[in-house]
Amino acid sequence: MSTLSTQINPRSDVFQTNAASMLGEVSKLRELTAAVAQGGGPKARERHESRGKLFVRDRIDHLIDEGSPFLEFSALAAHHVYDSDVPAAGVVTGIGRVSGVECVIVANDATVKGGTYFPLTVKKHLRAQEIARKHRLPCIYLVDSGGAFLPRQDEVFPDRDHFGRIFYNQATMSAEGIPQIAVVMGSCTAGGAYVPAMADESIIVKEQGTIFLGGPPLVKAATGESISAEDLGGADVHAKVSGVADHYAENDAHALQLARACVSRLNWQKRGKLAMQAPKPPKLDPSELYGIVGTDLKKPYDVREVIGRIVDSSDFDEFKRYYGDTLVTGFAHIHGYPVGIVANNGVLFSESAVKGAHFIELCAQRKIPLVFLQNITGFMVGSKYEHEGIAKHGAKLVTAVACAKVPKFTVLIGGSFGAGNYGMCGRAYDPNLLFMWPNARISVMGGEQAAGVLSQVKREQYERDGREWTKEEEEAFKQPTRDQYEHQGHPYYASARLWDDGVIDPLQTRDVLGLSLAAAMNAEVEETRFGVFRM
Amino acid sequence: MTLDHTKFDTLLVANRGEIACRVMRTARRMGLKTVAVYSDADATARHVREADEAVRLGPAAARESYLNVDAVIDAAKRTGTGAIHPGYGFLSENGGFVKALEQAGIIFVGPPASAIAAMGDKSAAKARMANAGVPLVPGYHGDDQDDALLRSEADKIGYPVMLKASAGGGGKGMRVVESGEGFKAALDGCRRESKAAFGDDRMLIEKYLVQPRHVEVQVFCDRYGNGVYLFERDCSVQRRHQKVIEEAPAPGMTPELRCAMGDAAVRAAKEIGYVGAGTVEFLLDADGSFYFMEMNTRLQVEHPVTEMITGQDLVEWQLRVAMGEPLPCTQDELTITGHSFEARLYAEDPEQDFLPATGLLTRFALDLEGADLDSDRVRLDSGVESGDVVSMHYDPMLAKLIVHGADRDAALATLNRALAALDVQGVVTNRAFLQRLANHPGFKNVELDTRFIERNEATLFAPRSYSTDAYASAALIGLNQLAQECESDSPWDRHDGFRLNAPHTIRIALCDPASAQAADSDEAVVIVEGKRESGESLWNLTIGDQTLTASLQSLTGDAVAVTLNGHRRRLQARRDGHVVVMAEPSGETRLFWRRIDAIDHGHHEAESTLTAPMNGTVVALLVEPGAAVEKGMPLMVMEAMKMEHTMTAPADGSVETFHFQSGDTVSQGDVLLDFAPSE
Repeated sequence: MSTLSTQINPRSDVFQTNAASMLGEVSKLRELTAAVAQGGGPKARERHESRGKLFVRDRIDHLIDEGSPFLEFSALAAHHVYDSDVPAAGVVTGIGRVSGVECVIVANDATVKGGTYFPLTVKKHLRAQEIARKHRLPCIYLVDSGGAFLPRQDEVFPDRDHFGRIFYNQATMSAEGIPQIAVVMGSCTAGGAYVPAMADESIIVKEQGTIFLGGPPLVKAATGESISAEDLGGADVHAKVSGVADHYAENDAHALQLARACVSRLNWQKRGKLAMQAPKPPKLDPSELYGIVGTDLKKPYDVREVIGRIVDSSDFDEFKRYYGDTLVTGFAHIHGYPVGIVANNGVLFSESAVKGAHFIELCAQRKIPLVFLQNITGFMVGSKYEHEGIAKHGAKLVTAVACAKVPKFTVLIGGSFGAGNYGMCGRAYDPNLLFMWPNARISVMGGEQAAGVLSQVKREQYERDGREWTKEEEEAFKQPTRDQYEHQGHPYYASARLWDDGVIDPLQTRDVLGLSLAAAMNAEVEETRFGVFRM
Repeated sequence: MTLDHTKFDTLLVANRGEIACRVMRTARRMGLKTVAVYSDADATARHVREADEAVRLGPAAARESYLNVDAVIDAAKRTGTGAIHPGYGFLSENGGFVKALEQAGIIFVGPPASAIAAMGDKSAAKARMANAGVPLVPGYHGDDQDDALLRSEADKIGYPVMLKASAGGGGKGMRVVESGEGFKAALDGCRRESKAAFGDDRMLIEKYLVQPRHVEVQVFCDRYGNGVYLFERDCSVQRRHQKVIEEAPAPGMTPELRCAMGDAAVRAAKEIGYVGAGTVEFLLDADGSFYFMEMNTRLQVEHPVTEMITGQDLVEWQLRVAMGEPLPCTQDELTITGHSFEARLYAEDPEQDFLPATGLLTRFALDLEGADLDSDRVRLDSGVESGDVVSMHYDPMLAKLIVHGADRDAALATLNRALAALDVQGVVTNRAFLQRLANHPGFKNVELDTRFIERNEATLFAPRSYSTDAYASAALIGLNQLAQECESDSPWDRHDGFRLNAPHTIRIALCDPASAQAADSDEAVVIVEGKRESGESLWNLTIGDQTLTASLQSLTGDAVAVTLNGHRRRLQARRDGHVVVMAEPSGETRLFWRRIDAIDHGHHEAESTLTAPMNGTVVALLVEPGAAVEKGMPLMVMEAMKMEHTMTAPADGSVETFHFQSGDTVSQGDVLLDFAPSE
């Protein structure tokens, strides 16, 4: 093993400026996360609490092993997407350890629009299930939801990846042997009734949880029968009469204890096997990440400075160190788990693409998980590169990334533009999990480049018409494009739309990756079969 | 028959613990072969390990082993023993034993049986002392035990008076009577106790001195009529007549008083034909008058302080006298150099009414070098080592820490540092209590009398609740340990409360180690919530409605620096499992911490089982299984180390099953009964 050394001078002005600006971004992120954690605001919280119910994050705290980590997904989902605030899209999802087993938890927040499903709520719920399936993690649903948000039924109900998919996933995951546990802590109306009904085991809270296909108003309208919610589908009905629920809980805390007991009875075994090492913290100081990276994507730095602050003992065995050096590849350990790291260190050339494909083949062959550290403006352009076949070399990298069946984790640590996003395992390439740093940007190309391309087209139009286009006019034309790209490429914009699994503090990257790797080891690492590489 | 006091080459020590080890040390130095005896409970004890030979006496119970005269004599015969040293306690003042040895032709390292008998009966002893011109506390020691006569004698002496059993000792059958009205009731009570304890209800009455000091004089006599005194010891700091810290010389002694007391002591010894080491105890009143109390016809526990100031080895003296040699020194050759203290380390919990403690001593060490202490000035007489088990069967004294200094202040400073350097883990001890005593301003200023501990209870016992700073420091140590702890290599098995983009939160519960079983709802438990950002070392602690910033820095060894709200302090923080022991020069704080389990703050169920706090015997079952009881009602009594412990109902409910019956032996941690709390 070779240990990375550092060239960083933490006393330099550049470092200090970088550190200050990144800290600013991280502080904003923390503030926003804290605000989101308040759910639907004071009024809704008060009402919720007055009913003796625990808040959604407190429920999760009670459910998971005390003091153990909770890896929350997409806390910023639906941020500034809808006309009104829907914090976290009204559902908290993540991986937590319950009775010693890593589980995916999907928990409705009834303080947010009564826990109803907006389009992004559905997307987030489905994404959590997808993560559960991919990592083979038991699912625990803490249900407290009024069902679909009716005004947007067209975006919630009919399509493949809409509401119905939740139950499809429950059925098919159960078939794969992935346990499905539901805890009914509030309403489960209409479609929602299927969450506990489709579960392997379900728990219902006395005088609080209700399950029915049609609520009292609908029953009244349809049959004229007058009945209270509790008598129609409360805990006593389902635990004692209908058999829809299996366990009867006195209150929230008791229900969560029962859920823990359910998990303790799963006879759960992890299937993934990796040659582990004893975890060791990095030798280089991770707190220097802020000062190294900064928030100005145009300022270059050696990505090894980042790798050395994420991997165990800062040990990194580089592969093809001196070939295609705009892509850094090599082996390391994170929290004791062996990983292959693929990290950008400049624009992608043919050599770097081929090197990346080679390295990914190695990791797939050896069943070593891959970590992509994306900071990429794209592939090199120009006649020299087109003629040497950069398209087919890039295709090799994309093929390798797409086909590799080892667990893949992507962190956008800087820019994620164009085909670079594909070659570095962007969202479309099914990484197990994908996170962004608050300084990252994602778009088909940089705002400046897009504005340049569009203004070039416009200028040609003007020239064809024999008109003159002044510098000022061009600037005025370009600015809205720049603004649009900056707005839409922002991590919050991306995270709000579930293009990632969350925006993370760079300092937490090592822990996030460690937790992700450990969770991924619940599933067996599959054999890879690659497609045709264009030679 | 007359004994041939020629030299012997084998010495059997009919004792255990520190005194057995200490006697054998000198014997070995003198070239004697050492023989230990042991009970089943002590088969691998330190005194057995250190002896050249060791012989089993019998089962653990003292009367079947260390008090079994026949077994001891048999052991002596098997090993060709020429002499037996009795140590203190056990057979050391048993006239029958001494006679049996005489018959068996084995030398008893101690006084003749007649001297023991002379001092054994307190009333008779006083009469003889009066004859010898030894001053006595005004009192009545007559044979006429008529109630009215006793009352009038008490009136004559003047209240307060002390009623004592003539045959008594060890604090039993003793009572202070403040006025004539209370006399009759006290007399009846004393008689009952005395009858029960000694089978004899004769009483004596003495003037009760209000602020007396307990000053005793070490005397030594040989077979040739020579007698000397090796000066005095002050043992005023006592707890229920049990000495805790002793010192020599007694502070404030004048040469004249020392000489007067020493001469009186030697007269007392000679009066009864004493041979060997003896101690004459006096009460020293504030005005300088002193009164004979009693004579201990054995080597005292606290003899090392005399050794420290005189430079003599009293055990060597004993053995030489037993070999028929004359005293090694004359009175003129004996001098006092400096000052010495002895602190007795007991396995007991001062905060639980000195409840004796048992268990595995995971660590027992005194790091002199680390504490920068001079080994010539610090002596640890110990009967245990790391890895030994402290059993319920015998006296809970583990060791004696003895120090020497040029003067009292210097010796006291050394005592404090040595106490702090003593590392005892696994078994609760009175170390912190000793530290508080030794640090007490009153002790430093020689405000000594036998009621010192009673008078200073408020400052000598650990407070029930601790300062926020103490909780914060203990919590900080617990939090840091938790944050680093990982049950496996998987990061999911950490307890650091990881959350994305939010402070990590860990909550722990703190309480007094004695109430470690208490539930969260218990008032004695303090919950501390610690939050910190990723990569930060600074915690934000919330304790009740207080918040403070806190950080911990590890220094060398057990030393840590705790910074609370910017105030940095150094302290020694040992971790004994989940007990944090924080030692500062002013004493130590012990707090038990644990992770709060999700189970605990959910659907809380009352403690449904009760476990034995220590090894012992079940004495009585107080309720019928199934019968309704209220919270706090006694359910069962067990006895351990001669103390009774009552198990009380943890809540309203009923006992489902008792797992033991009266007379059963139980081990620490055994589930005694199943308790069903009512809804």
